[in-house]
Amino acid sequence: MAMNRRDFVKTTGAVAAVSALGFPHIARADAKKVVIVGGGTGGATAAKYLKLADSSIDVTIIEPNETYYTCYMSNEVISGERQIESLAHGYDGLKGYGIKVVHEAATAIDPDKKLVKTSGGNEFAYERCIVAPGISLLFDRVEGMSAAAAEKLPHAWKAGEQTRILRTQLEAMDDGGVFVITVPRSPFRCPPGPYERASQVAMYFKEHKPKSKVVILDSNQAFSKQGLFEQGWTRMYGHGTDNAMIEWQPGPDAAIVRVDPDEMLIETAFDEVKGDVINLIPPQAAAQIAIDADLTDNTGWCPVDMKTFESTQHAGIYVIGDAAMATTMPKSAYSANSQGKVAAAAIVAALNGEEPGTPSYVNTCYSIVGKDYGISVAAVYRLSADGKSIDSVEGSGGVTSMDAEDFSLAREVQYAYSWYDNIVADSFF
Amino acid sequence: MAKHITKLAVIGALLALGLSSGTFAAPPTAKMLVDTCAGCHGTKGNSVGPAIPIISAMDPYVFIDMMEAYANDEIYSTVMGRIARGYTEEEIELMAEYLHEQEFKPAQQSFDESLVEAGAKLHDRFCEKCHIEGGKPVPDEEDYYILAGQWVPYLRFAMEDFIADRREMPRDMARRVTRMKKEHGMEESLEALYAFYAAFTDFESTGAGDDDDDE
Repeated sequence: MAMNRRDFVKTTGAVAAVSALGFPHIARADAKKVVIVGGGTGGATAAKYLKLADSSIDVTIIEPNETYYTCYMSNEVISGERQIESLAHGYDGLKGYGIKVVHEAATAIDPDKKLVKTSGGNEFAYERCIVAPGISLLFDRVEGMSAAAAEKLPHAWKAGEQTRILRTQLEAMDDGGVFVITVPRSPFRCPPGPYERASQVAMYFKEHKPKSKVVILDSNQAFSKQGLFEQGWTRMYGHGTDNAMIEWQPGPDAAIVRVDPDEMLIETAFDEVKGDVINLIPPQAAAQIAIDADLTDNTGWCPVDMKTFESTQHAGIYVIGDAAMATTMPKSAYSANSQGKVAAAAIVAALNGEEPGTPSYVNTCYSIVGKDYGISVAAVYRLSADGKSIDSVEGSGGVTSMDAEDFSLAREVQYAYSWYDNIVADSFF
Repeated sequence: MAKHITKLAVIGALLALGLSSGTFAAPPTAKMLVDTCAGCHGTKGNSVGPAIPIISAMDPYVFIDMMEAYANDEIYSTVMGRIARGYTEEEIELMAEYLHEQEFKPAQQSFDESLVEAGAKLHDRFCEKCHIEGGKPVPDEEDYYILAGQWVPYLRFAMEDFIADRREMPRDMARRVTRMKKEHGMEESLEALYAFYAAFTDFESTGAGDDDDDE
């Protein structure tokens, strides 16, 4: 190991020294340098756990935003249950571990020269790169839709300004209005998210706009925690009656084909639906930087080695979180957090010339269906014997019991809030 | 203790025969396993709460017993049983040892100061026999059950489960809780006890912690 060299590089400030001598403005690639593209839950967790495992690793996060708004719990902002500020987290916690955070956008990754290039014209050399950029929203897959139209027909599938827009529209909507959510084909970020959102908005309507309705136009024929959601809708929102506040229309018939933003009209295969507020959640793929860096395959997502999350297309680059294809692991915050730790451990091993150890992965997600009414899904995963998939351990995991009592559903809401506090702290602080 | 030793010996024997778990691959490291808990239970098991408990510095035997009880639904749970069933006995032992070594960071929470003294007296009388050292973590000792510095919302859920028979009280505990209820009233006693446990906010100053530097 290049211990002495690394220490020399560290203590003399290689970047400044080298550029002063006229060499390109890049850091030396032979140090233990890890560059992380994306400072969301996955990237932040990986950065922190790299530092916890080995503080001598030089870790840099490239993240354009100075404040990160978690998508998780943002449905509570849309229903008015919480303020968006409660979802905002900065990077001072990570900087406290000695992690560098560069607020620029990554524009290219050169896997041969091992460089990440940024919007600021800078280049960051890496020994290992983690790509955790999240999703891109494929507006052009829906006729009539565009990024510009998302101001009027918000997706709110990346939290922040979009969340605020949707909340404002719902507040401005007259009682008796129709709120339409369109759900893209799987896979997409946060599989239970659209249905939790429908539930949260129904909760808001029930109290403030009781004549209003939620219509879900789904491209899929089934959904995450479906039995539990429908049970909750039956108990709280008149599901299955003439006065149902939530109407779920399954795919493929209800899949959105075209939208007319001026008329606020959605066309499906057999129908036209008018909405007073339209939450158009577009089809998704890995974020643009992953596509540009040739990390995606024809599915639009990034194939990875399930043991380490190293890209199967480019060595030395690890893809985690929503952008990665992790077989049965859902695209959730907990998955991203868990994958960040697996990738960090694999990188620490690799930098020390060791084989990666046996991984362990977990997912736990809560959905808040109504007041004092929470449900969850959990799984513990192991690498399959052939190393090709991440499988839930037999006999473990699963969803909340359909027989769960009221006190238990109420507890799950409290656990959801504690889950939020802990996953944010574990990832960002 | 005798029960524990026997059980560990049995597990050891099973491991030697390769019968303990469904898989013959090397288990993940203790750190890898415990890192998966942190998304809910906080980094290194120090939950920032309030409904999810701190699991750092636990007595390893208590951890193992509880994980088994969750897996078998002997302790009522929403999600924990589903997760506990995902780990082999060997993995649970690894996690137990690793968590035992982690520094306990007491919950920082508000409490009613006027109840602390009454809580201390109730603790000494009814709880101290098993929850030694005021219910504080004492990683150098054996057979300790942490209550002090634990999140009170979690303790409330646990006591609700005990009282509603969703979780079996050890016989001695059942006797003591009955007596406490009779003499001081259940709600009043529990509130005072919670205040006493919440008042433990500084692990360093107690001197009850792990003395040697095992980093």
